[in-house]
Amino acid sequence: MLLVVEQFLNGLQFGLLLFLLAAGLTLVFGIMDLVNLAHGSLYMMGAYFAATFAAWTGSFLLGALLALGATLVLGIVLEMSALRHLYGRDHLDHVLATFGLILFFNEAVRLIWGPAGLALPLPGWLTVPVPILPGIHYPAYRLAIIIVALLVALLLYLGVMRTRIGMLIRAGASNREMIGALGINIKLLYTLVFGLGAALAGLAGLMQAPILTVQIGMGENILILAFVIIVIGGIGSIRGAFLAAIFVGMIDTLGRAFLPNLLRQVLSGAAASTAAPALSSMLIYLLMAIVLVVRPEGLFPANRR
Amino acid sequence: MKSLNVSKAVTALMLAGLVLLPLYSYLSGNIFILTLFTRIVILALAAASLNLIMGFGGMMSFGHAAYLGIGGYAVGMLAQEGIGSGWIQFPVALAASATYALVIGALSLRTRGVYFIMITLAFAQMAYYVASGLARYGGDDGLTVYKRSDFSGLINLSNRTQFYYLCLGCLLGVIFLIWRIVNSRFGLVVQGLRSNEQRMQAIGFPAKRYQLVCFVISGTMCGLAGALLANNTDFVSPAVMYWTRSGDLMVMVILGGMGTLFGPVMGSVVYLLLEEFLSQITEYWALIMGPLLLLIVLFGRGGIMGLLGRIGRG
Repeated sequence: MLLVVEQFLNGLQFGLLLFLLAAGLTLVFGIMDLVNLAHGSLYMMGAYFAATFAAWTGSFLLGALLALGATLVLGIVLEMSALRHLYGRDHLDHVLATFGLILFFNEAVRLIWGPAGLALPLPGWLTVPVPILPGIHYPAYRLAIIIVALLVALLLYLGVMRTRIGMLIRAGASNREMIGALGINIKLLYTLVFGLGAALAGLAGLMQAPILTVQIGMGENILILAFVIIVIGGIGSIRGAFLAAIFVGMIDTLGRAFLPNLLRQVLSGAAASTAAPALSSMLIYLLMAIVLVVRPEGLFPANRR
Repeated sequence: MKSLNVSKAVTALMLAGLVLLPLYSYLSGNIFILTLFTRIVILALAAASLNLIMGFGGMMSFGHAAYLGIGGYAVGMLAQEGIGSGWIQFPVALAASATYALVIGALSLRTRGVYFIMITLAFAQMAYYVASGLARYGGDDGLTVYKRSDFSGLINLSNRTQFYYLCLGCLLGVIFLIWRIVNSRFGLVVQGLRSNEQRMQAIGFPAKRYQLVCFVISGTMCGLAGALLANNTDFVSPAVMYWTRSGDLMVMVILGGMGTLFGPVMGSVVYLLLEEFLSQITEYWALIMGPLLLLIVLFGRGGIMGLLGRIGRG
């Protein structure tokens, strides 16, 4: 029971983290029609910035805030210097150009921070276990991730659904030419949306940093997960991304936790313990394949082009 | 007309270079260059196979590296089980790649656009994780191929020069095949589907069936590259199937010129030589390579072949 609750929360936490990453990706894709493979690099940069700033300031929170600002700025610079020129081009051009950016970021990180990974230590008050149910404790930091991510998701939802900028963003997603024609500064809007996406990726990276080591290429695995999520959810749909992210986070975490035992019921011990990791890594891709076969446009297609 | 001549001349020059390379290697005593170019030729074969569906068929597969792995593992696993004959290994590698392509293609072709890119990527990742789970065949660490495929009496794969020419022969054979396919009725239908699928369907062509056949041919060709690659490195690991490898193949195709016969070869030669060259200047070669790719996308429409065409028109 205890294990089930804990794994369930782990799944939720991972899912929410994936949502932060997927939200930025799907915003950028849905609004600017830009396939940004380098989104994972922004996630990595968020983690590196956080580790660096936390070491400088001696404060985890201050470091995290500075890192958030730094990824926002980095995203804006990236959009203005390079990606801006890719709008309206073929998706394949996006894939290639942003693939180049991945190479660049990985190498730049190696040059600046060296090939060894970094650690981002947590302050003491975030490492204590918190009682969540009678007799069940959960690490404070993971709980904090859940709360922060839920808050961000709520803010994002309200921001997109209730504010003027959000209205423009939604208008931009459904008809770019039209909002340009209405006299909206679409260039600025795109830059802001990209910056927001970058900051969300950075937030995901810096929150994940204390759990995993901060290392080169850390964005690549998780980027694919984020892509899987937006494809399952329906490209351009924030709601789809949210539900799919929770779903994928759960399946991935619960699969890794319980599949070995399940397999042991049918297979010999050795065979089960070798098959389980591969099978649980495959689960989400299997899910994606099934979703796409049944609904080629994802579960919640945002708009039809 | 003149534009054709410039790209034709450069292509001919490149091919002559590839054919004469072992001679240069022999005369200069530079063995490394032969090893390097064997790898380049094999990856050019993979890029050419990707170009068939991407350039001519308009199907953006982001999981093409899976076939490299499947072809490679077919050779490696058979070798591990004591079946060293290339006459068995290579057909098995081709059959395995074709089967995988048939299943993946049938599922993936239900989608289009970015969804197609992503689903092919997902299936390749699945193959990657399956290979990582093969404890008997090395799992994550990969599988060493202790003995190269045995084509006794015909060709010796351990001989560098013979192996190089085998790879080059396969590459040229595949390009010849692609040329025949592209200019056949079948190829014209596939290219028609790229331009306007609805119209082709309205005329009465079963669109998906044509695309699937093309997808399977391409995958089989790439499986051949995988079998050769395993022989070249004497090693196969899940890493060959990782998604960044599929990205590399895409880069080679686009760099050289998508939808041109020799573009992917040109792209592979330039990309891998550049990688080699930059990594000799600086350890941080990707710092230059990355932005270079960006610039190529921004300013070099049509890749190298397109550039040569523009110079020709100059």
